[in-house]
Amino acid sequence: MDNLPEDLPADLNLMEMRPKIIGARVQRVEDPRLLTGTGQYTADIKLPNMAHLAFRRSEMAHATIDNIDVSAALAVPGVIAVYTAEDFYGQITPPRAESKTEGFHSTPILPLADGKVRHVGEVVVAVVAESRYIAEDAAEHIEIDFTPLPVIADPREAVKNEVLLHDDAGTNVLVDRTFGRGEVDDAFSQAAHIVGGDFRTTRKTASPIEARAAVCEWDRGRRTLTLWSATQVPGVIRDTIGDVFGLSGSHVRVIAPDVGGGFGCKTCLYPEEMVACAAAIKLGQPVKWVSDRMEDLVGTNQAFDEYVHAELAVDAEGHILGLRADVVGDSGAYSIYPWTAALEPVQVISFLPGPYRMPAYAARTRAVATPKTPLGAYRGIGRPTATFVMERLVDLAARAAGIDPVEMRRRNLVQPHEFPYRTGSGLVWDRVGFIESLDAVTDSIGYDDLRAEQLKMREAGRKVGLGVVCYAELGGIGSRIAVAPGMPINTGVETANIRIDATGAITANFGTASNGQGLETTLAQVVAEELGCRVEDVEIRHGDTSLMAHGSGSYASRSAVLAGGAATVSAREVRANVLKVAAMIMEVAESDIDMVGSRIYVPGTDREMTLKQVAHTYYQEMGRLPKEVREEVPLESTRSFDPYLGTAACASHAALVEVDPVTWGVKILKYAAAEDCGRIINPDVADGQMRGGIAQGVGVALLEEIIHDEDGQILTASLVDYVLPSAVEVPIMDVMHVESENPDNGTGFRGLGEGGIIGAPAAIANAIADALDIDIREIPITPEKLFRQTGN
Amino acid sequence: MIPKVPITVTVNGRTYEREVPPRLHLADFLREDLHLTGTHVGCEHGICGACTILLNGDSVRSCLTFAVQANGAEITTVEGLGTPDDLSPLQQAFREHHALQCGFCTPGMLMSTIDLMQKGTPATEEAVRGALSGNLCRCTGYENIVRAVLAAMEAAGPEGKAAEGTENEAGANG
Repeated sequence: MDNLPEDLPADLNLMEMRPKIIGARVQRVEDPRLLTGTGQYTADIKLPNMAHLAFRRSEMAHATIDNIDVSAALAVPGVIAVYTAEDFYGQITPPRAESKTEGFHSTPILPLADGKVRHVGEVVVAVVAESRYIAEDAAEHIEIDFTPLPVIADPREAVKNEVLLHDDAGTNVLVDRTFGRGEVDDAFSQAAHIVGGDFRTTRKTASPIEARAAVCEWDRGRRTLTLWSATQVPGVIRDTIGDVFGLSGSHVRVIAPDVGGGFGCKTCLYPEEMVACAAAIKLGQPVKWVSDRMEDLVGTNQAFDEYVHAELAVDAEGHILGLRADVVGDSGAYSIYPWTAALEPVQVISFLPGPYRMPAYAARTRAVATPKTPLGAYRGIGRPTATFVMERLVDLAARAAGIDPVEMRRRNLVQPHEFPYRTGSGLVWDRVGFIESLDAVTDSIGYDDLRAEQLKMREAGRKVGLGVVCYAELGGIGSRIAVAPGMPINTGVETANIRIDATGAITANFGTASNGQGLETTLAQVVAEELGCRVEDVEIRHGDTSLMAHGSGSYASRSAVLAGGAATVSAREVRANVLKVAAMIMEVAESDIDMVGSRIYVPGTDREMTLKQVAHTYYQEMGRLPKEVREEVPLESTRSFDPYLGTAACASHAALVEVDPVTWGVKILKYAAAEDCGRIINPDVADGQMRGGIAQGVGVALLEEIIHDEDGQILTASLVDYVLPSAVEVPIMDVMHVESENPDNGTGFRGLGEGGIIGAPAAIANAIADALDIDIREIPITPEKLFRQTGN
Repeated sequence: MIPKVPITVTVNGRTYEREVPPRLHLADFLREDLHLTGTHVGCEHGICGACTILLNGDSVRSCLTFAVQANGAEITTVEGLGTPDDLSPLQQAFREHHALQCGFCTPGMLMSTIDLMQKGTPATEEAVRGALSGNLCRCTGYENIVRAVLAAMEAAGPEGKAAEGTENEAGANG
């Protein structure tokens, strides 16, 4: 019973009112297995005769490969095979993510570096052995002769194209895009105050605690490839692997078992997945690769990494007149599959205008190839940087105009009567709680009192600052809007298949895949409520391409909205058919019966059937129902859901910080966030997404930075050097949910998964700037940077 | 080849005799040789804490411990706590407080919590955060973990600490 909402009476027959399952604090279905070590992650998979894969990776950022001598590696006892790029000629067609984005240049995703290396950590040689230990030993015995090529590590230099990373692209600028509307020059010429300058978000990595992993099995007899991968996008991988190996989709099955976090970095096809498949096919034995943390820090796609020049023009009363921005994004060595190099830097300028009225906007963004680990997706994509920059600008403008920062935001936020509002970049905000979120957060922290208290603390010599920020995002995007501009796949649809089998059991299959956020629970809640059963009656299956014709996965705050939408329409159809069949069996009108908790009954009478009885009659009792019923009224439904556009989601965050004047360490004294994610499926899960996102935002703001030296060498290849927030650094958070007006997208759900990380860096940066009366232009804000900046 | 070394270890109440290479780390031994895959490996350099187990009652990083070092030792892994049908009080507290999302760090978090409870860590937020600072979680933001641990500490009381420990000894479903 512990899966039921707490307020649910035990005897459902007594209840005419339908229990609310959507919105209830249902304990997670996943937890018992994950708490007892009985979950199954990719690294836990063992197959008979399984071999182990390890890689020799490049130590050079940019170099030609003159010779590879694998003889010593092959001689290591237990080594089964050693592969270099040419071993996969004819077997692998390297995928290329093309894009319709203007001025886009694609790059291939290579299984192994071929002829030259383009970043430290790029896979060069693959070793398959009887154990991982042996494979790693052998990899050390490989001799590679490199001739170094010039390294241009700074993307602002790389735009000059003096050294090309991809000769066939003919340029290092893989994307060059502009957005704009209104007369920006006029806006700036009329401005009372112009603020801005150069901002920087350094390179991050998502670093889920489960690093990537892949196990591949090739069934020679059936010519069928099965790939278990720690991925967020099994559907995308299946579709791509089919093309890469020339196999039909029915002969490729990709399974994402329990996935230990992803946060975006597991949304791409990776070289290691291709190599594991290629090796399994060549050898006819299963091959397993499990990334260690060092490989993860050099080989998993990284994040953010932009130089932003931005200026904001406001009038004397602080009203925003216009915004200009020029973004250079460091794309690393390859344009990722399927999202392309456009994904991150284009979203910076898409979201830069934020939730504010913006009469005039002009922005340019460039995605620039450099010899570093490819830049990929990480929670928030573009928006953490956009929000950091915009919210710094708003604070700077407030200060210039002599207006309180919260008042400044109130004056400029899109007002309830102005929705739908088209932003300067062309995004459309539907009615969402911009003002409501700001009110909730300022009420929660007691803004005015806190300002007074802050003054007292500062008079007492304490360096205490308060930062309040707002942002807007677009989640649950349908087919009208590309997740990444011009990319090669459709991300705007998800499909559910719900069926009641001959035993009366309910199975709901989905094309999406969880990366740990609890989809088995939230989707079961949606199905249970819409179908009229209990949460524990629903078996949710996902993360397996054999379930559905099409599906992509979890990313872009889409699964609750899209899979939840598909669950809704599919469950409603199954429910209608169940009632139709039950009415026929019970010889009553369909309109006279109801189904709650898997019991079909005639309200006000003692007449009822269980779903199991209905299913038994339907499937097993010959002659009981007309043949047309079995032929035309299936107890099953497959329905897709496409919200077409996206739905806005928003939040306000507030941070109170104190800077230690001796160590320059930053302590977060208070943190509050209020968001509008529409109708909430499970408050615990929604809260958990926010808290986890904010914690990652603390890392972005204060701790995390992938550092390369000028030779492109990574200096942060361990978790000692790349510092993730621990329980000590992450503050207590007051997380609030406001529901302004539910979107008209079929379910009322808005995307939530990414929100926390979008607001937190900006809130913390503004708070530190306030504490020290300085400008903050770069995140992370480390003690060393503060020490240098303040000249102490 | 360096010869294998015979070891005898008791894991979750069951005694195993195996021959292992000297360089095999304990996490791999548990996962590969004993098929106890509940212990997860997150970094292999002692930072993330996902591989934390109890070795003779103390929490240790099984990725930084060689299997041969465990010769003669009593080990408790997450498999030695409750079962999916019968969660231990601590596991139940984690579930009730939504103290896990992806679950990858969770086994290590549970084992570190047992250790901190057995060592008499004060039931305060600050002390719990400090005691768990060697276990990284990327999903939850820690707050719900801290709540779950404090709730488990409160429910256990001074005698309850022993109860969770006793259960470890008794749990032999490895």
